[in-house]
Amino acid sequence: MTPTPRRVVIVGNGMAGARLAEEIRHRDPDGSRFAVTIVGEEPHAAYNRVLLSTVVAGKITPRETRLKPEGWWAARHIEVVTGARVSAVDLEARTATLTGTVSPADDRLLEWDELVLATGSTSFIPPIEGVDRDGLDASGPDGVVAFRTVDECQRIVELAGSATHAVVLGGGLLGLEAARGLLGQGVDVTIVHPMGFPMERQMDADGGAVLARVVRELGAKLVLGRFVAARRSADAEGPARVVLDDGSELPADLVVISTGVRPRVDLGQSLGLEVNRGIVVDDRLATSAPHVHAIGECSEHRGEVPGLVQPGWDQARVLADVLTGADPAATYTGTSVLTRLKAHDIDLASMGSITVDVHDPEHEVLSFTDPSRGRYAKLVLHADRLVGAILLGVGDAAGALTQLYDSGSAVPRDRLALMLGRAVTRSSAPESANLAEMPGSTVICRCNTVTKSAIVGAFRAGAGSVPAVAEATRATTGCGSCKGAVEGLCSWLRSSEPSTSPAAHTSSDTDSTATSAPAPAAALATALTEGAA
Amino acid sequence: MTDVRMPTRALGGDTPSERAGVATHCAYCGLQCAMTLTGSSAADLTVTPRRFPTNRGGLCQKGWTSAELLRTSSRITTPLVRRDGELVPVSWDEALDVVAAAIVQTQSAHGRDAVAVFGGGGLTNEKAYQLGKFARVALRTSQIDYNGRWCMSSAAAAGIRCFGLDRGLPFPVTDIGSAHAVLLLGANPAETMPPFLTHLVRAADCGGLMVADPRLTPTAAKAVDGGGLHLQLRPGTDAALALGMLHLAITEGYADRRFIAERTTGFDDLWSIAAQWLPERVERVTGVAVTTMRSAVAALARARDTERGAYILSARGTEQHASGTDTVTAFIALALALGLPGNPGTGFGTITGQGNGQGGREHGQKADQLPGYRKIDDPAARAHVAAVWGVDPADLPGPGRSAFELLASLGTEGGPKVLLVHGSNPVVSAPDARVVSERLAALDLLVVCDFVLSETAAMADVVLPVLQWAEEEGTLTNLEGRVLRRRRALTAPAGCRSELEVWSELARRIGCGTGFPTDPRIVFDELRRASAGGPADYSAVTWERLDAGESLHWPCSTERPQGTPRLFLDRFATPDGLARFVPVDHVGPAEAHDAAYPLVATTGRVLQHYQSGAQTRLVEELSSAAGDMFVQLHPDTAEAAGLVEGEPADVVSRRGRTRATVRLDDDMRPDVVFLPFHWGGDARANSLTHAALDPTSRMPEFKACAVRLEAVS
Repeated sequence: MTPTPRRVVIVGNGMAGARLAEEIRHRDPDGSRFAVTIVGEEPHAAYNRVLLSTVVAGKITPRETRLKPEGWWAARHIEVVTGARVSAVDLEARTATLTGTVSPADDRLLEWDELVLATGSTSFIPPIEGVDRDGLDASGPDGVVAFRTVDECQRIVELAGSATHAVVLGGGLLGLEAARGLLGQGVDVTIVHPMGFPMERQMDADGGAVLARVVRELGAKLVLGRFVAARRSADAEGPARVVLDDGSELPADLVVISTGVRPRVDLGQSLGLEVNRGIVVDDRLATSAPHVHAIGECSEHRGEVPGLVQPGWDQARVLADVLTGADPAATYTGTSVLTRLKAHDIDLASMGSITVDVHDPEHEVLSFTDPSRGRYAKLVLHADRLVGAILLGVGDAAGALTQLYDSGSAVPRDRLALMLGRAVTRSSAPESANLAEMPGSTVICRCNTVTKSAIVGAFRAGAGSVPAVAEATRATTGCGSCKGAVEGLCSWLRSSEPSTSPAAHTSSDTDSTATSAPAPAAALATALTEGAA
Repeated sequence: MTDVRMPTRALGGDTPSERAGVATHCAYCGLQCAMTLTGSSAADLTVTPRRFPTNRGGLCQKGWTSAELLRTSSRITTPLVRRDGELVPVSWDEALDVVAAAIVQTQSAHGRDAVAVFGGGGLTNEKAYQLGKFARVALRTSQIDYNGRWCMSSAAAAGIRCFGLDRGLPFPVTDIGSAHAVLLLGANPAETMPPFLTHLVRAADCGGLMVADPRLTPTAAKAVDGGGLHLQLRPGTDAALALGMLHLAITEGYADRRFIAERTTGFDDLWSIAAQWLPERVERVTGVAVTTMRSAVAALARARDTERGAYILSARGTEQHASGTDTVTAFIALALALGLPGNPGTGFGTITGQGNGQGGREHGQKADQLPGYRKIDDPAARAHVAAVWGVDPADLPGPGRSAFELLASLGTEGGPKVLLVHGSNPVVSAPDARVVSERLAALDLLVVCDFVLSETAAMADVVLPVLQWAEEEGTLTNLEGRVLRRRRALTAPAGCRSELEVWSELARRIGCGTGFPTDPRIVFDELRRASAGGPADYSAVTWERLDAGESLHWPCSTERPQGTPRLFLDRFATPDGLARFVPVDHVGPAEAHDAAYPLVATTGRVLQHYQSGAQTRLVEELSSAAGDMFVQLHPDTAEAAGLVEGEPADVVSRRGRTRATVRLDDDMRPDVVFLPFHWGGDARANSLTHAALDPTSRMPEFKACAVRLEAVS
């Protein structure tokens, strides 16, 4: 008789919860050992929250944010209950009470052996006169929408269709992404941010100033050091607008709130779990209650509450190892966080310790500032290792630098090259400008290994043109791309050695031939000049 | 003196005789550059490049010097049999009798599968076909595979599952010449097939050449010099790169939504995977900046939208991984998302490596295959081919072991005890080659057909001297699926025989007297019938048509008598005519690096050498230009290991060590070392490589293994 599978109930159908179900199935593909149920409050299949700003930008549909295609979960024996929330949990009896958020018919009782809280976070709505913080939902009353769920995102897209002026509250990562998306939809956008520069958690002051300039040059207005105090609907005094703390007003028929998130810890608190900012977990993602675990943005591990998707995914992998016994010793020790702004035309990455001062004696800090071109780089090194970086608009460099940061390998000794993201700037190909200085051993025709010396030798032996050099040395007869260099060499030789120039010369000098190629190159000159058949 | 008179110019200049010599194609790679051979003996034979669409009149150093091998003093001209540990000259009859007796004895004692055959991607179509037939009909063994398994198998498997058909380039190579955007994946044609670069000039000049390669190869440098892109990825992260670029194609709005809807299936399933490969995550895995990926996708889309030509071409760097099939599948998905395949002026292809890498993978050298690119486990295919061969379909063996699995089983319990090798040098070219050498040594009898004493031939019990390219007639199929004639310019030295004669004689000696003609033209006519109705249908290709200068790309049948230069324009070769997005994910290299083996080694070629180097190392001009075995690495990496430029070093993996001269290169990734694979003995790169196999194609992981460096005192 097969043993009854252990029942895992995952509360939260977001990116961490759904990933955990997937990871468990990797380790128990036919579901014989673990029955998995996911409970999600939103009425939708699990979706990729990271892609929501791309939806706002109009590049993909909400449907394309779904994590898995239709039928994927059922085919893998993963039960997904959407439109329901866990209203109560009995830790003794190991049951969870589900309450339908759409229909009371969805109420039911679930039994579990392992309970995983992956309840994520909710938008933080600042107090704003004229905005009902509790009544704010995805319908976007009075044109005010938070930017967190796919429904809210869809509503933003709808409102953007008829909006002229949008105000985005918050100049953090999501705020900038939302603003960039709205700009792309042709909406006039103002970002209101209470700090002195945007993305203050990922930038330093100098970099933040460059970022502000980049955002403005893309067409967004950026109001710094201010917050929105009140929302006014269209009335006799004017169109719909927001009022800032200094009393100034901005027209706003769409208000997008992205002023941060708060971990959803209410269920954890009601169970009497240890809760700090998030639900406290150890290296095995266990909470303070037996058989209860937490992952993702609702959890707090070693004082860190994840704000990006990667830690949640890493935690899901470890917890799946622990729960299934695939790797009973698995532990989660943290994720090195790298933030990347996903906004068209802004290339920004930030990682690690970035606030270290340039003159800090313990660190080596390199920086590069080019506000006019929207570029800023700051690299923080400790013992030849990259421990922090801000990379704005430096393009290619980000690839090599993020890998150095992740791997903890020693950085290249050439610090200038490091800033450019290359081990070293590559040596340039031979050009006719430096033909004179080029050593004789330099290979001009790679396809046939013909050196400068060989070409000079052929020239002195009477080959005064490209076809003649080709005939004598085979240079240019492979891919043909050295033709310019051979031409350059011939004209340099003609001007520098008029006395040996074939024009003033007969073929008496044949014993000085330095060619390496004995075979004739008949037909070649013609073939190359005429091109392909 | 010139021979530029080209009466058949409009037909591609491929008629038999030029005024001054014999028109044929190069001895080496899959570009099959056209050349004319002039002279009457090996001593005075000269090579001249010939104008032809593929090479446009160019030749690389290997081609120019190809005649040198005809006069090498290392040529074997008499059969050799090992006696008391030494290879000694014997007569052909004696040698063939030894082989035939061993075959009969071994098969009666241990069964049919105790005799195995290993072929090569350099064999002509006629020989590749006949070798497969010899194995199935004369030896009746299932144990046949070939070195193309280590070359094209991942691209082939991906092409079949996504397009329903595998033809390296489903369009003429000249189509690429007008493209403004070309993305090369693990391809270094500047060294591996230099005249191919003539087709990349347009893209390079307008900044549209893009090269994904862990090294700044000469090809990548050409891209950068022209303002194009070098995507310098960590070895073995290609699939992540593909999925990240696909992600960007969708999220940045570069996808061709209409093409996806009308000509493909399966997008949703793949997207659910690619959607999780956020570009920033891909950047961390691959080391390729998000900006660089975005620019590459944008360049392809721009060229497509302005009808200026956009192509994605893969090669071994991306394919030779234990996840090679999925990796190519992911890049095909990128191409499909951009709407490139199956439209004129855009496309996806793979650049075939070996001389007959295309034809060699179509006619039955592969363990699971019958002629015409048929599958050996398909009852209809078996019935068709058995009828052509005049045998009972039930007598045809089933699928056998793949190349590495076959070699690894030699001399083991239940493994083959006799092996016949044709056109291959696995002692140098096999992954984890130390194991392969041990298995070869464990055989009761190793028979090698070659014209020089390769490292594998040197281990043999019987060596049979065969013909070189300029001494034989036949056909090869180039990288674009065009069938080409190889023509004889010389009579072979007395004592050398064609493999067709070898198989005919062996078949007769083991009691299978008919069915193995020695005239390649007759073999080809049989190949045409055997391939008829198959995916690679050659039935309307004749030597006469080829000799008249016709340009014929397969499929070429009575329904398509003019051949098919461009495939998929109306429909893909799948049952429903739609291309398939196949849900694949990135898995990464099979072998993890750790503190003991902290670096990734990757392997490849240098310009002057071809494959195992058995041939090109004998050409003085090539061997002196290339120098000896080297390891290419960043100066910081060298310094950390205490290595100095020009000095010897040992590269050590969990499987073996290789001695190489240190060559410093500022443009190397500090976590990567590069080794060319053209040498044997202590300098054998494949002593290091990992034989983890792709689950679909059985391609080994040649391109990534964990190593450390040791100074040599």
